[in-house]
Amino acid sequence: MTLSTYFMEATYLIASILFVFALKGMSHPETARRGMFLAEGGMFAAIVGTLVGTHIVTWGWIIAGLAIGSIIGAWMAIWVPMTAMPQRTALSHAFGALAAALVGVGEFTVHASEMPTVTRGALGFEIMLGALTTTGSLIAAGKLQGLIHGKPIQFKGQNAVNLAIFLAMAVCFVVFWTHPEATVFFYTMLGIAFLFGVMLVIPIGSADMPVVMSLLNSYAGLAAAATGFVLSNNVLIIAGTLDGFSGFILSVLMCKAMNRSITNVLFGGFGAVVAESSADVGGVMREINLEDAAMQLAFANRVIFVPGYGLATAQAQHAVRELAEMLEDRGVTVKYAIHPVAGRMPGHMNVLLAEANVPYSSLYEMDQINPEFPSTDVAVVIGANDVVNPDARDNPKSLIAGMPILEVDRAKSVIVLKRGQGRGFSGLENPLFFKPCTAMLYGDAKSSLTHLAQAVQHV
Amino acid sequence: MNPAVLIASIYVFALAAFLGYQVISRVPPLLHTPLMSATNAISGISLIGSLVLAGAAHYTPLAHVLGFVAVTTATINVVGGFGITDRMLKMFNKRKTEAKQEVGK
Repeated sequence: MTLSTYFMEATYLIASILFVFALKGMSHPETARRGMFLAEGGMFAAIVGTLVGTHIVTWGWIIAGLAIGSIIGAWMAIWVPMTAMPQRTALSHAFGALAAALVGVGEFTVHASEMPTVTRGALGFEIMLGALTTTGSLIAAGKLQGLIHGKPIQFKGQNAVNLAIFLAMAVCFVVFWTHPEATVFFYTMLGIAFLFGVMLVIPIGSADMPVVMSLLNSYAGLAAAATGFVLSNNVLIIAGTLDGFSGFILSVLMCKAMNRSITNVLFGGFGAVVAESSADVGGVMREINLEDAAMQLAFANRVIFVPGYGLATAQAQHAVRELAEMLEDRGVTVKYAIHPVAGRMPGHMNVLLAEANVPYSSLYEMDQINPEFPSTDVAVVIGANDVVNPDARDNPKSLIAGMPILEVDRAKSVIVLKRGQGRGFSGLENPLFFKPCTAMLYGDAKSSLTHLAQAVQHV
Repeated sequence: MNPAVLIASIYVFALAAFLGYQVISRVPPLLHTPLMSATNAISGISLIGSLVLAGAAHYTPLAHVLGFVAVTTATINVVGGFGITDRMLKMFNKRKTEAKQEVGK
Protein backbone atom coordinates (compact mmCIF):
# COMPACT_ATOMS: atom_id res chain seq x y z
CA MET A 1 0.00 0.00 0.00
CA THR A 2 1.26 3.41 -0.89
CA LEU A 3 1.10 6.48 1.29
CA SER A 4 -1.81 7.95 -0.67
CA THR A 5 -3.81 4.76 -0.16
CA TYR A 6 -3.25 5.02 3.59
CA PHE A 7 -4.39 8.61 3.43
CA MET A 8 -7.53 7.57 1.55
CA GLU A 9 -8.36 4.84 4.07
CA ALA A 10 -7.80 7.29 6.93
CA THR A 11 -10.28 9.76 5.44
CA TYR A 12 -12.82 6.93 5.10
CA LEU A 13 -12.43 6.03 8.76
CA ILE A 14 -12.80 9.67 9.81
CA ALA A 15 -15.88 10.04 7.59
CA SER A 16 -17.49 6.94 9.13
CA ILE A 17 -16.98 8.24 12.65
CA LEU A 18 -18.25 11.72 11.78
CA PHE A 19 -21.39 10.26 10.14
CA VAL A 20 -22.27 8.44 13.35
CA PHE A 21 -21.68 11.60 15.39
CA ALA A 22 -23.92 13.51 12.99
CA LEU A 23 -26.80 11.08 13.49
CA LYS A 24 -26.23 11.17 17.24
CA GLY A 25 -26.60 14.96 17.08
CA MET A 26 -30.02 14.46 15.46
CA SER A 27 -31.40 13.36 18.84
CA HIS A 28 -32.02 17.02 19.72
CA PRO A 29 -32.80 20.11 17.63
CA GLU A 30 -30.11 22.04 19.54
CA THR A 31 -27.29 19.75 18.47
CA ALA A 32 -28.59 18.66 15.07
CA ARG A 33 -27.05 21.42 12.99
CA ARG A 34 -23.60 21.05 14.53
CA GLY A 35 -23.81 17.32 13.84
CA MET A 36 -24.56 17.91 10.20
CA PHE A 37 -21.48 20.12 9.86
CA LEU A 38 -19.43 17.16 11.06
CA ALA A 39 -21.04 14.94 8.43
CA GLU A 40 -20.32 17.52 5.74
CA GLY A 41 -16.69 17.59 6.84
CA GLY A 42 -16.54 13.81 6.74
CA MET A 43 -18.01 13.72 3.26
CA PHE A 44 -15.55 16.30 2.01
CA ALA A 45 -12.62 14.40 3.50
CA ALA A 46 -13.77 11.15 1.89
CA ILE A 47 -14.09 12.79 -1.54
CA VAL A 48 -10.63 14.37 -1.31
CA GLY A 49 -9.21 11.10 -0.02
CA THR A 50 -10.67 9.20 -2.97
CA LEU A 51 -9.33 11.65 -5.52
CA VAL A 52 -5.88 11.52 -3.93
CA GLY A 53 -5.76 7.81 -3.26
CA THR A 54 -7.14 6.51 -6.56
CA HIS A 55 -5.16 6.51 -9.75
CA ILE A 56 -7.38 8.94 -11.68
CA VAL A 57 -6.58 9.23 -15.40
CA THR A 58 -9.47 11.21 -16.85
CA TRP A 59 -10.62 14.22 -14.86
CA GLY A 60 -13.10 15.54 -17.42
CA TRP A 61 -16.08 13.38 -16.46
CA ILE A 62 -15.39 13.82 -12.75
CA ILE A 63 -15.22 17.60 -12.89
CA ALA A 64 -18.27 17.80 -15.15
CA GLY A 65 -20.30 15.53 -12.86
CA LEU A 66 -19.29 17.35 -9.70
CA ALA A 67 -20.05 20.73 -11.27
CA ILE A 68 -23.44 19.82 -12.73
CA GLY A 69 -24.45 17.93 -9.58
CA SER A 70 -23.42 20.82 -7.33
CA ILE A 71 -25.38 23.35 -9.37
CA ILE A 72 -28.56 21.24 -9.40
CA GLY A 73 -28.11 20.28 -5.74
CA ALA A 74 -27.56 23.86 -4.62
CA TRP A 75 -30.52 25.01 -6.67
CA MET A 76 -32.70 22.38 -4.96
CA ALA A 77 -31.35 23.23 -1.51
CA ILE A 78 -32.15 26.91 -1.92
CA TRP A 79 -35.34 26.98 -3.95
CA VAL A 80 -37.44 23.95 -3.11
CA PRO A 81 -40.30 25.14 -0.88
CA MET A 82 -40.91 23.30 2.40
CA THR A 83 -44.34 22.18 1.20
CA ALA A 84 -42.58 20.27 -1.61
CA MET A 85 -40.26 18.47 0.80
CA PRO A 86 -41.86 15.01 0.31
CA GLN A 87 -41.40 15.18 -3.48
CA ARG A 88 -37.81 16.40 -3.11
CA THR A 89 -37.01 13.59 -0.71
CA ALA A 90 -38.54 11.00 -3.03
CA LEU A 91 -36.46 12.38 -5.90
CA SER A 92 -33.30 12.17 -3.84
CA HIS A 93 -34.06 8.52 -3.04
CA ALA A 94 -34.23 8.00 -6.81
CA PHE A 95 -30.93 9.81 -7.42
CA GLY A 96 -29.09 7.92 -4.69
CA ALA A 97 -30.41 4.56 -5.87
CA LEU A 98 -29.61 5.38 -9.51
CA ALA A 99 -26.02 6.23 -8.57
CA ALA A 100 -25.70 2.86 -6.81
CA ALA A 101 -27.24 0.99 -9.76
CA LEU A 102 -24.99 2.74 -12.29
CA VAL A 103 -21.86 2.01 -10.26
CA GLY A 104 -23.00 -1.61 -10.26
CA VAL A 105 -23.50 -1.69 -14.03
CA GLY A 106 -20.14 0.01 -14.55
CA GLU A 107 -18.35 -2.51 -12.35
CA PHE A 108 -20.10 -5.29 -14.22
CA THR A 109 -19.03 -4.06 -17.66
CA VAL A 110 -15.40 -3.88 -16.54
CA HIS A 111 -14.87 -6.60 -13.96
CA ALA A 112 -17.58 -9.17 -14.68
CA SER A 113 -15.17 -11.92 -15.76
CA GLU A 114 -12.87 -11.76 -12.74
CA MET A 115 -15.58 -11.18 -10.12
CA PRO A 116 -15.73 -13.80 -7.35
CA THR A 117 -19.10 -15.43 -6.65
CA VAL A 118 -19.74 -13.55 -3.42
CA THR A 119 -19.08 -10.18 -5.02
CA ARG A 120 -21.39 -11.11 -7.88
CA GLY A 121 -24.14 -11.86 -5.39
CA ALA A 122 -23.69 -8.46 -3.73
CA LEU A 123 -23.67 -6.87 -7.18
CA GLY A 124 -27.00 -8.52 -7.95
CA PHE A 125 -28.55 -7.05 -4.80
CA GLU A 126 -27.07 -3.67 -5.57
CA ILE A 127 -28.56 -3.68 -9.08
CA MET A 128 -31.99 -4.96 -8.04
CA LEU A 129 -32.38 -2.62 -5.04
CA GLY A 130 -30.91 0.32 -6.90
CA ALA A 131 -33.06 -0.09 -10.01
CA LEU A 132 -36.37 -0.76 -8.28
CA THR A 133 -35.81 2.11 -5.85
CA THR A 134 -35.04 4.46 -8.74
CA THR A 135 -38.29 3.91 -10.60
CA GLY A 136 -40.35 3.39 -7.44
CA SER A 137 -39.16 6.72 -6.03
CA LEU A 138 -39.84 8.48 -9.32
CA ILE A 139 -43.43 7.21 -9.25
CA ALA A 140 -43.76 8.28 -5.60
CA ALA A 141 -42.39 11.73 -6.46
CA GLY A 142 -44.83 11.96 -9.38
CA LYS A 143 -47.75 11.10 -7.11
CA LEU A 144 -46.66 13.59 -4.46
CA GLN A 145 -46.18 16.33 -7.04
CA GLY A 146 -49.59 15.55 -8.51
CA LEU A 147 -48.20 14.53 -11.92
CA ILE A 148 -49.67 11.07 -11.37
CA HIS A 149 -53.04 10.66 -9.74
CA GLY A 150 -52.71 9.96 -6.02
CA LYS A 151 -55.38 7.25 -6.03
CA PRO A 152 -54.07 3.69 -6.05
CA ILE A 153 -53.80 2.20 -9.55
CA GLN A 154 -55.07 -1.34 -9.37
CA PHE A 155 -56.18 -4.10 -11.68
CA LYS A 156 -57.36 -7.65 -11.34
CA GLY A 157 -54.65 -10.13 -10.46
CA GLN A 158 -52.21 -7.38 -9.63
CA ASN A 159 -50.52 -9.27 -6.83
CA ALA A 160 -50.15 -12.34 -9.06
CA VAL A 161 -48.57 -10.23 -11.81
CA ASN A 162 -46.21 -8.63 -9.29
CA LEU A 163 -45.28 -12.02 -7.90
CA ALA A 164 -44.52 -13.26 -11.43
CA ILE A 165 -42.34 -10.20 -12.08
CA PHE A 166 -40.53 -10.76 -8.80
CA LEU A 167 -39.93 -14.43 -9.60
CA ALA A 168 -38.63 -13.56 -13.07
CA MET A 169 -36.21 -11.10 -11.48
CA ALA A 170 -35.10 -13.70 -8.93
CA VAL A 171 -34.52 -16.31 -11.67
CA CYS A 172 -32.39 -13.85 -13.65
CA PHE A 173 -30.42 -13.10 -10.51
CA VAL A 174 -29.72 -16.77 -9.80
CA VAL A 175 -28.69 -17.49 -13.41
CA PHE A 176 -26.41 -14.45 -13.48
CA TRP A 177 -24.98 -15.45 -10.12
CA THR A 178 -24.09 -18.96 -11.20
CA HIS A 179 -23.23 -18.18 -14.86
CA PRO A 180 -21.33 -14.88 -15.02
CA GLU A 181 -20.84 -15.18 -18.78
CA ALA A 182 -24.59 -14.96 -19.40
CA THR A 183 -24.67 -11.16 -19.51
CA VAL A 184 -28.12 -11.12 -21.08
CA PHE A 185 -29.56 -12.28 -17.76
CA PHE A 186 -27.78 -9.47 -15.97
CA TYR A 187 -29.36 -6.83 -18.18
CA THR A 188 -32.75 -8.55 -18.08
CA MET A 189 -32.56 -8.47 -14.29
CA LEU A 190 -31.79 -4.75 -14.46
CA GLY A 191 -34.77 -4.11 -16.74
CA ILE A 192 -37.17 -6.20 -14.67
CA ALA A 193 -36.04 -4.42 -11.50
CA PHE A 194 -36.89 -1.05 -13.10
CA LEU A 195 -40.34 -2.39 -13.99
CA PHE A 196 -40.82 -3.95 -10.55
CA GLY A 197 -40.21 -0.59 -8.87
CA VAL A 198 -43.05 0.94 -10.87
CA MET A 199 -45.38 -1.97 -10.13
CA LEU A 200 -44.62 -1.80 -6.40
CA VAL A 201 -45.56 1.84 -5.97
CA ILE A 202 -48.51 2.41 -8.35
CA PRO A 203 -51.03 0.47 -6.19
CA ILE A 204 -50.22 2.55 -3.11
CA GLY A 205 -52.40 5.54 -2.26
CA SER A 206 -51.18 8.98 -1.26
CA ALA A 207 -52.22 8.55 2.37
CA ASP A 208 -49.76 5.66 2.74
CA MET A 209 -46.86 7.71 1.40
CA PRO A 210 -45.13 8.09 4.80
CA VAL A 211 -44.54 4.32 4.85
CA VAL A 212 -43.50 4.14 1.20
CA MET A 213 -41.09 7.04 1.59
CA SER A 214 -39.46 5.37 4.58
CA LEU A 215 -39.21 2.02 2.77
CA LEU A 216 -37.65 3.60 -0.33
CA ASN A 217 -35.26 5.41 2.01
CA SER A 218 -34.30 2.06 3.44
CA TYR A 219 -33.83 0.41 0.00
CA ALA A 220 -31.68 3.29 -1.26
CA GLY A 221 -29.45 2.92 1.79
CA LEU A 222 -29.17 -0.84 1.42
CA ALA A 223 -28.29 -0.41 -2.27
CA ALA A 224 -25.41 1.83 -1.18
CA ALA A 225 -24.36 -0.75 1.42
CA ALA A 226 -24.39 -3.47 -1.28
CA THR A 227 -22.15 -1.20 -3.38
CA GLY A 228 -19.77 -1.20 -0.42
CA PHE A 229 -19.70 -5.01 -0.48
CA VAL A 230 -18.99 -5.02 -4.24
CA LEU A 231 -16.15 -2.50 -3.92
CA SER A 232 -14.95 -3.84 -0.52
CA ASN A 233 -15.33 -0.34 0.80
CA ASN A 234 -16.19 -0.03 4.50
CA VAL A 235 -17.34 3.58 4.58
CA LEU A 236 -19.91 2.76 1.90
CA ILE A 237 -21.12 -0.20 3.94
CA ILE A 238 -21.38 1.91 7.10
CA ALA A 239 -23.09 4.93 5.55
CA GLY A 240 -25.43 2.75 3.49
CA THR A 241 -26.36 0.62 6.49
CA LEU A 242 -27.05 3.67 8.65
CA ASP A 243 -29.33 5.01 5.92
CA GLY A 244 -30.96 1.64 5.39
CA PHE A 245 -31.69 1.15 9.08
CA SER A 246 -32.91 4.68 9.53
CA GLY A 247 -35.46 4.08 6.77
CA PHE A 248 -36.38 0.72 8.25
CA ILE A 249 -36.96 2.17 11.73
CA LEU A 250 -39.10 4.93 10.24
CA SER A 251 -41.17 2.42 8.24
CA VAL A 252 -41.86 0.42 11.39
CA LEU A 253 -42.85 3.56 13.30
CA MET A 254 -45.15 4.69 10.49
CA CYS A 255 -46.80 1.28 10.27
CA LYS A 256 -47.36 1.25 14.03
CA ALA A 257 -48.92 4.68 13.79
CA MET A 258 -51.45 3.24 11.34
CA ASN A 259 -51.81 -0.12 13.08
CA ARG A 260 -51.02 -1.93 9.85
CA SER A 261 -48.33 -4.29 8.69
CA ILE A 262 -45.86 -3.42 5.94
CA THR A 263 -47.35 -6.16 3.74
CA ASN A 264 -50.78 -4.66 4.16
CA VAL A 265 -49.51 -1.24 3.10
CA LEU A 266 -47.66 -2.63 0.09
CA PHE A 267 -50.22 -5.10 -1.19
CA GLY A 268 -53.45 -4.04 0.49
CA GLY A 269 -54.30 -1.24 -1.95
CA PHE A 270 -55.81 0.77 0.88
CA GLY A 271 -58.09 3.60 -0.15
CA ALA A 272 -59.06 2.08 -3.48
CA VAL A 273 -62.50 0.92 -2.47
CA VAL A 274 -64.90 3.16 -0.68
CA ALA A 275 -65.67 1.14 2.39
CA GLU A 276 -69.29 0.16 2.49
CA SER A 277 -68.87 -1.35 5.93
CA SER A 278 -68.24 2.01 7.56
CA ALA A 279 -70.91 2.60 10.11
CA ASP A 280 -73.86 4.59 8.86
CA VAL A 281 -73.35 7.52 11.15
CA GLY A 282 -76.31 9.60 10.20
CA GLY A 283 -76.96 12.90 11.83
CA VAL A 284 -76.10 16.26 10.40
CA MET A 285 -72.94 18.22 10.22
CA ARG A 286 -73.29 21.50 12.05
CA GLU A 287 -71.84 24.44 10.19
CA ILE A 288 -70.35 27.40 12.03
CA ASN A 289 -69.67 30.89 10.74
CA LEU A 290 -66.40 32.77 11.12
CA GLU A 291 -67.59 35.17 13.81
CA ASP A 292 -68.88 32.42 16.09
CA ALA A 293 -65.74 30.39 15.62
CA ALA A 294 -63.55 33.40 16.37
CA MET A 295 -65.61 34.13 19.47
CA GLN A 296 -65.22 30.57 20.66
CA LEU A 297 -61.44 30.69 20.17
CA ALA A 298 -60.98 34.13 21.69
CA PHE A 299 -62.71 33.20 24.93
CA ALA A 300 -61.12 29.77 25.30
CA ASN A 301 -58.46 28.95 27.85
CA ARG A 302 -56.82 26.10 26.00
CA VAL A 303 -56.72 25.56 22.26
CA ILE A 304 -55.05 22.71 20.40
CA PHE A 305 -54.41 22.87 16.66
CA VAL A 306 -54.40 19.53 14.82
CA PRO A 307 -52.76 19.90 11.41
CA GLY A 308 -53.02 17.38 8.57
CA TYR A 309 -52.07 17.19 4.92
CA GLY A 310 -54.71 19.84 4.16
CA LEU A 311 -52.48 22.35 5.96
CA ALA A 312 -49.69 21.59 3.49
CA THR A 313 -51.86 21.74 0.37
CA ALA A 314 -53.40 25.03 1.47
CA GLN A 315 -49.93 26.33 2.51
CA ALA A 316 -51.65 27.53 5.67
CA GLN A 317 -48.72 27.11 8.08
CA HIS A 318 -48.08 30.86 8.37
CA ALA A 319 -51.77 31.64 8.75
CA VAL A 320 -52.15 29.17 11.61
CA ARG A 321 -49.14 30.65 13.41
CA GLU A 322 -50.58 34.16 13.06
CA LEU A 323 -53.89 33.04 14.52
CA ALA A 324 -52.09 31.20 17.32
CA GLU A 325 -50.02 34.29 18.21
CA MET A 326 -53.15 36.39 18.26
CA LEU A 327 -54.74 33.95 20.69
CA GLU A 328 -51.61 33.74 22.84
CA ASP A 329 -51.58 37.51 23.14
CA ARG A 330 -55.07 37.21 24.60
CA GLY A 331 -53.77 34.72 27.16
CA VAL A 332 -54.97 31.53 25.49
CA THR A 333 -52.69 28.50 25.85
CA VAL A 334 -52.03 27.16 22.35
CA LYS A 335 -50.52 23.78 21.52
CA TYR A 336 -50.14 21.76 18.34
CA ALA A 337 -50.88 18.02 18.21
CA ILE A 338 -48.86 16.11 15.61
CA HIS A 339 -49.88 12.62 14.54
CA PRO A 340 -46.92 10.52 13.29
CA VAL A 341 -48.53 9.92 9.88
CA ALA A 342 -50.04 13.38 9.40
CA GLY A 343 -48.86 14.58 6.02
CA ARG A 344 -46.98 12.69 3.36
CA MET A 345 -43.69 11.85 5.05
CA PRO A 346 -42.43 11.32 8.59
CA GLY A 347 -42.15 14.65 10.40
CA HIS A 348 -43.79 16.57 7.53
CA MET A 349 -46.02 18.73 9.80
CA ASN A 350 -43.18 19.59 12.18
CA VAL A 351 -41.07 20.98 9.37
CA LEU A 352 -43.93 23.04 7.94
CA LEU A 353 -44.79 24.56 11.31
CA ALA A 354 -41.13 25.19 12.07
CA GLU A 355 -40.91 27.03 8.77
CA ALA A 356 -43.72 29.28 9.96
CA ASN A 357 -41.67 30.03 13.10
CA VAL A 358 -43.78 27.94 15.46
CA PRO A 359 -41.43 27.10 18.36
CA TYR A 360 -40.83 23.36 18.55
CA SER A 361 -41.69 23.39 22.26
CA SER A 362 -45.35 23.94 21.25
CA LEU A 363 -45.40 20.84 19.03
CA TYR A 364 -46.64 17.77 20.88
CA GLU A 365 -46.54 14.11 19.96
CA MET A 366 -49.66 11.98 20.05
CA ASP A 367 -48.97 10.24 23.37
CA GLN A 368 -48.10 13.49 25.11
CA ILE A 369 -51.13 15.44 23.95
CA ASN A 370 -53.95 12.87 24.05
CA PRO A 371 -54.50 13.16 27.84
CA GLU A 372 -54.89 16.92 27.43
CA PHE A 373 -57.87 16.90 25.07
CA PRO A 374 -60.55 16.52 27.80
CA SER A 375 -59.35 19.76 29.43
CA THR A 376 -59.15 21.56 26.09
CA ASP A 377 -61.82 24.11 25.21
CA VAL A 378 -61.41 24.10 21.45
CA ALA A 379 -59.58 21.62 19.21
CA VAL A 380 -59.08 23.03 15.73
CA VAL A 381 -58.64 20.35 13.06
CA ILE A 382 -56.96 21.75 9.94
CA GLY A 383 -57.18 19.46 6.94
CA ALA A 384 -56.74 16.27 8.95
CA ASN A 385 -59.24 13.45 8.68
CA ASP A 386 -58.27 9.83 9.29
CA VAL A 387 -55.85 10.67 12.12
CA VAL A 388 -58.75 12.12 14.12
CA ASN A 389 -61.40 9.55 13.12
CA PRO A 390 -62.92 8.16 16.35
CA ASP A 391 -64.08 5.08 14.39
CA ALA A 392 -60.49 3.82 14.63
CA ARG A 393 -60.98 3.57 18.38
CA ASP A 394 -64.69 2.80 18.71
CA ASN A 395 -65.70 0.74 15.70
CA PRO A 396 -63.88 -2.60 15.48
CA LYS A 397 -65.35 -3.12 11.99
CA SER A 398 -63.79 0.03 10.62
CA LEU A 399 -61.03 -0.32 8.02
CA ILE A 400 -58.75 1.70 10.22
CA ALA A 401 -59.79 -0.01 13.48
CA GLY A 402 -56.98 0.01 16.03
CA MET A 403 -55.08 2.88 14.44
CA PRO A 404 -53.99 5.21 17.24
CA ILE A 405 -55.68 8.59 16.82
CA LEU A 406 -55.57 12.06 18.23
CA GLU A 407 -58.63 12.05 20.49
CA VAL A 408 -59.98 15.44 19.53
CA ASP A 409 -63.54 14.24 20.07
CA ARG A 410 -62.81 14.33 23.84
CA ALA A 411 -62.28 18.09 23.70
CA LYS A 412 -65.12 20.32 24.90
CA SER A 413 -65.64 21.56 21.38
CA VAL A 414 -64.12 20.90 17.99
CA ILE A 415 -63.85 23.14 14.94
CA VAL A 416 -63.03 21.31 11.72
CA LEU A 417 -61.57 23.32 8.86
CA LYS A 418 -62.37 21.53 5.64
CA ARG A 419 -62.58 22.36 1.97
CA GLY A 420 -65.93 20.68 1.42
CA GLN A 421 -68.13 17.87 2.62
CA GLY A 422 -66.11 15.12 0.89
CA ARG A 423 -64.46 12.19 2.58
CA GLY A 424 -60.80 11.75 3.45
CA PHE A 425 -58.22 9.95 1.34
CA SER A 426 -59.18 6.59 2.77
CA GLY A 427 -62.77 7.24 1.66
CA LEU A 428 -64.03 6.59 5.16
CA GLU A 429 -66.90 8.45 6.78
CA ASN A 430 -65.68 10.33 9.83
CA PRO A 431 -68.18 10.25 12.75
CA LEU A 432 -66.26 13.11 14.38
CA PHE A 433 -67.91 15.49 11.92
CA PHE A 434 -71.39 14.46 13.10
CA LYS A 435 -70.79 14.78 16.84
CA PRO A 436 -72.76 17.47 18.66
CA CYS A 437 -69.56 19.09 19.93
CA THR A 438 -68.18 19.44 16.40
CA ALA A 439 -68.68 22.44 14.16
CA MET A 440 -67.59 22.59 10.53
CA LEU A 441 -65.95 25.64 9.01
CA TYR A 442 -65.87 25.14 5.24
CA GLY A 443 -63.45 26.81 2.88
CA ASP A 444 -59.79 27.01 2.00
CA ALA A 445 -57.81 26.49 5.21
CA LYS A 446 -55.49 29.41 4.59
CA SER A 447 -58.20 32.00 3.99
CA SER A 448 -60.34 30.59 6.83
CA LEU A 449 -57.43 30.94 9.26
CA THR A 450 -56.56 34.44 8.06
CA HIS A 451 -60.17 35.55 8.43
CA LEU A 452 -60.38 33.90 11.85
CA ALA A 453 -57.32 35.87 12.96
CA GLN A 454 -58.92 39.11 11.75
CA ALA A 455 -62.17 38.24 13.51
CA VAL A 456 -60.34 37.39 16.74
CA GLN A 457 -58.67 40.79 16.61
CA HIS A 458 -62.06 42.49 16.52
CA VAL A 459 -63.59 40.49 19.37
CA MET B 1 -13.28 -10.86 -2.52
CA ASN B 2 -11.46 -13.37 -0.36
CA PRO B 3 -13.27 -14.94 2.61
CA ALA B 4 -11.40 -12.90 5.22
CA VAL B 5 -12.46 -9.64 3.58
CA LEU B 6 -16.03 -10.88 3.25
CA ILE B 7 -16.20 -11.81 6.92
CA ALA B 8 -14.74 -8.45 7.93
CA SER B 9 -17.31 -6.71 5.73
CA ILE B 10 -20.14 -8.64 7.34
CA TYR B 11 -18.83 -7.61 10.78
CA VAL B 12 -18.81 -3.99 9.65
CA PHE B 13 -22.35 -4.33 8.30
CA ALA B 14 -23.69 -5.97 11.46
CA LEU B 15 -22.05 -3.48 13.81
CA ALA B 16 -23.15 -0.52 11.69
CA ALA B 17 -26.70 -1.87 11.74
CA PHE B 18 -26.61 -2.20 15.54
CA LEU B 19 -25.09 1.25 15.96
CA GLY B 20 -27.58 2.74 13.53
CA TYR B 21 -30.48 1.23 15.44
CA GLN B 22 -29.18 2.60 18.76
CA VAL B 23 -28.50 6.08 17.44
CA ILE B 24 -31.53 6.53 15.21
CA SER B 25 -34.16 5.25 17.61
CA ARG B 26 -33.24 8.26 19.79
CA VAL B 27 -34.18 10.76 17.10
CA PRO B 28 -37.46 12.46 18.10
CA PRO B 29 -40.39 12.43 15.61
CA LEU B 30 -39.97 16.20 15.50
CA LEU B 31 -36.83 15.71 13.41
CA HIS B 32 -37.88 12.77 11.24
CA THR B 33 -37.97 14.77 8.01
CA PRO B 34 -34.49 16.28 8.55
CA LEU B 35 -33.31 12.80 9.58
CA MET B 36 -34.47 11.34 6.30
CA SER B 37 -32.81 14.04 4.24
CA ALA B 38 -29.65 13.80 6.35
CA THR B 39 -29.27 10.03 5.97
CA ASN B 40 -29.95 10.54 2.29
CA ALA B 41 -27.12 13.03 2.02
CA ILE B 42 -24.84 10.72 3.99
CA SER B 43 -25.60 7.76 1.74
CA GLY B 44 -24.55 10.06 -1.10
CA ILE B 45 -21.16 8.67 -0.08
CA SER B 46 -21.71 6.31 -3.01
CA LEU B 47 -20.20 9.33 -4.78
CA ILE B 48 -16.77 7.91 -3.96
CA GLY B 49 -17.59 4.74 -5.88
CA SER B 50 -18.86 6.87 -8.76
CA LEU B 51 -15.68 8.96 -8.82
CA VAL B 52 -13.55 5.85 -9.28
CA LEU B 53 -15.80 4.65 -12.10
CA ALA B 54 -15.76 8.04 -13.82
CA GLY B 55 -12.04 8.60 -13.84
CA ALA B 56 -9.83 5.77 -12.64
CA ALA B 57 -7.44 3.84 -14.84
CA HIS B 58 -8.47 0.36 -16.12
CA TYR B 59 -12.04 1.50 -16.79
CA THR B 60 -13.63 1.64 -20.24
CA PRO B 61 -15.10 4.80 -21.80
CA LEU B 62 -18.59 3.34 -21.27
CA ALA B 63 -17.83 2.96 -17.55
CA HIS B 64 -16.57 6.54 -17.47
CA VAL B 65 -19.88 7.77 -18.91
CA LEU B 66 -21.92 5.69 -16.46
CA GLY B 67 -19.65 7.03 -13.73
CA PHE B 68 -20.26 10.59 -14.89
CA VAL B 69 -24.04 10.17 -14.53
CA ALA B 70 -23.56 8.53 -11.14
CA VAL B 71 -21.23 11.33 -9.98
CA THR B 72 -23.85 13.86 -11.05
CA THR B 73 -26.80 12.24 -9.25
CA ALA B 74 -24.75 11.45 -6.13
CA THR B 75 -23.45 15.03 -5.99
CA ILE B 76 -27.01 16.34 -6.29
CA ASN B 77 -27.83 14.25 -3.23
CA VAL B 78 -24.79 15.32 -1.24
CA VAL B 79 -25.03 19.05 -1.98
CA GLY B 80 -28.83 19.22 -2.09
CA GLY B 81 -29.26 16.88 0.88
CA PHE B 82 -26.90 18.66 3.25
CA GLY B 83 -28.11 22.06 2.06
CA ILE B 84 -31.76 21.32 2.60
CA THR B 85 -31.16 19.55 5.92
CA ASP B 86 -29.38 22.63 7.20
CA ARG B 87 -32.17 24.86 5.92
CA MET B 88 -34.72 22.78 7.80
CA LEU B 89 -32.73 22.53 11.02
CA LYS B 90 -32.24 26.30 11.05
CA MET B 91 -36.02 26.68 11.27
CA PHE B 92 -36.46 24.73 14.49
CA ASN B 93 -36.61 27.51 17.07
CA LYS B 94 -37.02 27.49 20.78
CA ARG B 95 -39.74 29.50 22.46
CA LYS B 96 -40.87 32.52 20.55
CA THR B 97 -39.81 35.04 23.20
CA GLU B 98 -36.25 33.72 23.26
CA ALA B 99 -36.16 33.71 19.49
CA LYS B 100 -37.30 37.33 19.46
CA GLN B 101 -34.62 38.27 21.99
CA GLU B 102 -31.99 36.67 19.83
CA VAL B 103 -33.17 38.67 16.84
CA GLY B 104 -33.07 41.80 18.98
CA LYS B 105 -29.47 41.29 20.04
